[in-house]
Amino acid sequence: MIKNSESKYKDYVADRSKYPQEEDGKAIIDLDSHKFTKIWQGPQHPGVTGNMSVELIVNGDEIVDAKTRVGYLHRGFEKLMERRRYIQCFPIVCRICVPEPDTNEYCVSAAMEELAGIEIPEKAKWLRTLNLEMSRVTSFLMWAGGQAGSLGMNTIPQWTVGMRDFWLDLFEEMTGGRVYHMYMIPGGVRKDLPEGFRDRVRAQIIQTKELLVDVERSFFNNAIVKSRLIGLGHIPKEMISEYGITGPNARACGVENDIRITNPYLKYPELELEMITGTESDAYERAKLRYRELHQSLNLISQILDKMPEGGEIQAKLPNVLHWKIPAGQTYKRAESTRGEHGFYMVSDGTKYPRRIYARGASYTHAISVLEKLACNITISDLAALMVSLHTCPPEIER
Amino acid sequence: MNLKDIITPLTVWKQAAKEPWTIKNPLTERPGADNYRGFHQNDFDKCIGCGSCEEICQNAAIDLVQVEGQESKDGNSGLRPKIDYGRCCWCALCVDICPTGALTMSNEYTWISDNPDDFRFVPGSDKTKWQNDEKGYKRDEKIALLDFDRIDMDELHPENRDKSFIEIVKGYNKEQAIKEADRCLECGLCTATCPAHMDIPAYIAAIREDDIDNAFRILYETNPLPEICGRICTHRCEDACALHHNGEALAIRWLKRYIADQIPAEKYAEVLGTKHLADDKLDQKVAIIGAGPSGLSAAYYLAIMGYQVKIFEALPHSGGMMRYGIPEYRLPYDQIDKDIDYIMSLGVEIQFNTRIGKDITIDQLHADFDSVYAGTGLHLGRSTRIQGSDHDKVYFATDLLREVALGHEIDVAKKIVVIGGGNVAMDITRTLARLQNQAYGKVDVVATSLETEDIMPADREEIVEAREEKAIIDPGWGPKEIEIKNEQLKGLHAVRCLSVFDETGSFSPKFDENQKKFFEADMIVESIGQGMDLSYISEELKVGLKFDPRGRIKVNEDFQSDLKWLFIGGDIIQGPDVIHGIANGHIAAKAIDKYLNGNKEKS
Ligand SMILES: Cc1cc2nc3c(=O)[nH]c(=O)nc-3n(C[C@H](O)[C@H](O)[C@H](O)COP(=O)(O)OP(=O)(O)OC[C@H]3O[C@@H](n4cnc5c(N)ncnc54)[C@H](O)[C@@H]3O)c2cc1C
Ligand code: SF4
Ligand code: SF4
Repeated sequence: MIKNSESKYKDYVADRSKYPQEEDGKAIIDLDSHKFTKIWQGPQHPGVTGNMSVELIVNGDEIVDAKTRVGYLHRGFEKLMERRRYIQCFPIVCRICVPEPDTNEYCVSAAMEELAGIEIPEKAKWLRTLNLEMSRVTSFLMWAGGQAGSLGMNTIPQWTVGMRDFWLDLFEEMTGGRVYHMYMIPGGVRKDLPEGFRDRVRAQIIQTKELLVDVERSFFNNAIVKSRLIGLGHIPKEMISEYGITGPNARACGVENDIRITNPYLKYPELELEMITGTESDAYERAKLRYRELHQSLNLISQILDKMPEGGEIQAKLPNVLHWKIPAGQTYKRAESTRGEHGFYMVSDGTKYPRRIYARGASYTHAISVLEKLACNITISDLAALMVSLHTCPPEIER
Repeated sequence: MNLKDIITPLTVWKQAAKEPWTIKNPLTERPGADNYRGFHQNDFDKCIGCGSCEEICQNAAIDLVQVEGQESKDGNSGLRPKIDYGRCCWCALCVDICPTGALTMSNEYTWISDNPDDFRFVPGSDKTKWQNDEKGYKRDEKIALLDFDRIDMDELHPENRDKSFIEIVKGYNKEQAIKEADRCLECGLCTATCPAHMDIPAYIAAIREDDIDNAFRILYETNPLPEICGRICTHRCEDACALHHNGEALAIRWLKRYIADQIPAEKYAEVLGTKHLADDKLDQKVAIIGAGPSGLSAAYYLAIMGYQVKIFEALPHSGGMMRYGIPEYRLPYDQIDKDIDYIMSLGVEIQFNTRIGKDITIDQLHADFDSVYAGTGLHLGRSTRIQGSDHDKVYFATDLLREVALGHEIDVAKKIVVIGGGNVAMDITRTLARLQNQAYGKVDVVATSLETEDIMPADREEIVEAREEKAIIDPGWGPKEIEIKNEQLKGLHAVRCLSVFDETGSFSPKFDENQKKFFEADMIVESIGQGMDLSYISEELKVGLKFDPRGRIKVNEDFQSDLKWLFIGGDIIQGPDVIHGIANGHIAAKAIDKYLNGNKEKS
């Protein structure tokens, strides 16, 4: 099954002669037999992404069963929004996800605009696209640190997270906020670019690329990385649609699924953007693909900076936001986040308040069913690396 | 595993020699970005305490609170936002919605205090080091959460109106009204400022909901003359409107008119639920002197409380100055009738052509009625008393307007000069322009005032529209003498007026006698104010009353005079405008009820 010859799991066949025995393909785990140990990785654990935990049944240091446990991070955003006017939602949704808040902002605004029949100005589309790609860059940089860190390599996280902060400086300039940008509002965006901003972004792209040379060299040509990531968390192609896997996790095994290309939105149709795919979706392949997509995003940002016109309207006229009612209807708006398909389902009943808003993050699948499946038969020490290689993000599971 | 993969990672050691990215705070300054959403600032000179920030904040982080040194006044609640940084998420929605632009954010990053209470603060009042920082998040002019532009009102084109008295303003249709109503912030500063404290946000909300019956009921809670006020009210509410600071005030007056226009006269009683009133009366009787807005308002509220009300009116029709002063092109007579007929339908009696003090004495009223309300208005013209002003071709504006309203012919001259720069002067100027147009096919009327155009008391739109109708407005002249030759009026001599008020703000005009102007005319109209005629108050009664230096009778806050049975309101006490009259009449009606039946209530 695992083809890569360098994989440590290459010749691994789970030894089921002792424990656990299987029945109908399911392991029989009898904790009272004292042959298994139950341990919790998380919620407070450096090897877990964000506030969730994985309940593990181990046999020695081999994981034989894993259950994702959530409930540490429920902030009730979806419910809160049912008690908020439409305009009051955008400051809430960005908080769903720290590393990549902007996809939330985009989807929720786009959903309202569609239901209310608002067409946003061209310039606002450009600025939103720029914002989304910048946020993909920061998210990938954070992931890159996480992936290296999960293998105990603590230098790369210092570099990439440090570099991410320079991007946050740019966000601060552009939007007024570093982490939560609250930049896209229904109808458009809140500010045009400050003076000289484009050049500062261009310089930042160069600086990032320079750093990435060293990061990639020390990461991919690295005996530790290769020995631990190759073959880890292999996702066979059949799993993709069965589990609803999206984003880099799916593209890494050759599935052509990038919403920016397959269902383009904003200014993506006007940008040169090619589908990046891999062949075997294991942790190593996924890492390679994410780095390629990081470069792709840097490239897209350059294209946007070159093509985006100066000046122009940035917001469509809204009705008075204090009384804004959106005609009854429902819609689902989605966008490609660094983790996969990110979407918002929104129902309006024609009143001032949304009837229902549902946020869909890729991690719902990747950190629960996919992780639970892939965690079996790996060692405890590889679990953190696996999780990061699926780019799981608990806040989008629990909104 | 090959050797290359072990050696390659070591080749990036050069990174260790690089300058670190971290900075040594506070040794290295790292100010926030120009646009950073840091701590709040509030410019108290701009803030009007409208509470829109409080309303929009999705974290309920803002409370409007009383602040030392900030007084409430028209268009300003005197309250200021207090922000709880335990709740705030720095979204700056409050900044984006602030209609005055008072609320902004600095680009300050850090604020350290060991007192948690410090983080609940009133920006602008609690001294903070960032209060005057120029940088930080400000509302972008390109984004608008509010609509600062009024929905245009359709009006008659000057060419279609300069010969007739047809109403100029056409009124909003439903779509326009709902759109205009949508602009409201519901801050309520208008309600506080309106002399009658009409619940404006509530009736505007009802327009948005397209619940006109409800809107109409809300109007009548405080104003029984909505068709009239919806046309000619002085709309102090609009001056107080929060949107006025950066754009156009909400068209509150036109929206009121829109509501009243939607309800046909025959549905009033049904919508207002007053069908039973006319035959269900108390024994007590109240007399009202004068069928102006103030007397009518008192009559309405007394009638719905069940009192027997009788109005005594000197003229042959009701409405007071609303009918005999305000020209028909601003306020058509049928609209006056629509409002007043409804009040009469509640069983209010009216006796026309009866002047109290002449036909009936006020003592007689005191004897026949349990209480009396006087709202007799300002009907005496005031003269410049310059030489020649006693010529019979010199008129008072109000006398001419009354004649026009009565349908009497007036002898319109070909060349007319109007002295005065207020709204009444504009009314008579535009009325005479129409009459000249009708009689001679051309307009030759000049209005001249002491005040220069920038300080002319008339509304801007009145001046503009008068000019559209080809009247000439030539402000900044002081009338000196009316030239009479062979008993014929020749015109007005005037000199340049340099200033109208002195440093203390009191009336004390200064002239440049060298700059002269002669306004040729064969008719002159004085429109420099009106005075009151209190001759119906007998000398015996005067003994029991107190007067202020301007000759007005002193009343308490209930408009009750020192003679407990006598209540007084309208122009002779406050205003002068219709809405003050209405408000006074309403308060007095409640006070009369208290005076007549207050004790009963208690028992
Ligand atoms: C030309 C002009 C234009 C105006 N335009 C506006 C405007 O656009 N908007 C606005 O808000 N206000 C306007 N006003 C002012 C407004 O008309 C008055 O403020 C308002 O009518 C005052 O109401 P009132 O009830 O106090 O007195 P009035 O309306 O003056 O009514 C008093 C009534 O009492 C009667 N009366 C007086 N003495 C006696 C007596 N002894 N016995 C019996 N009856 C008596 C009078 O005949 C009159 O009918 C205007 C005034 C004028 C003159
Ligand atoms: S919205 Fe602006 S003007 Fe109104 S109370 Fe708040 S700070 Fe003051
Ligand atoms: S910044 Fe946002 S959360 Fe803070 S007080 Fe203003 S509206 Fe409320």
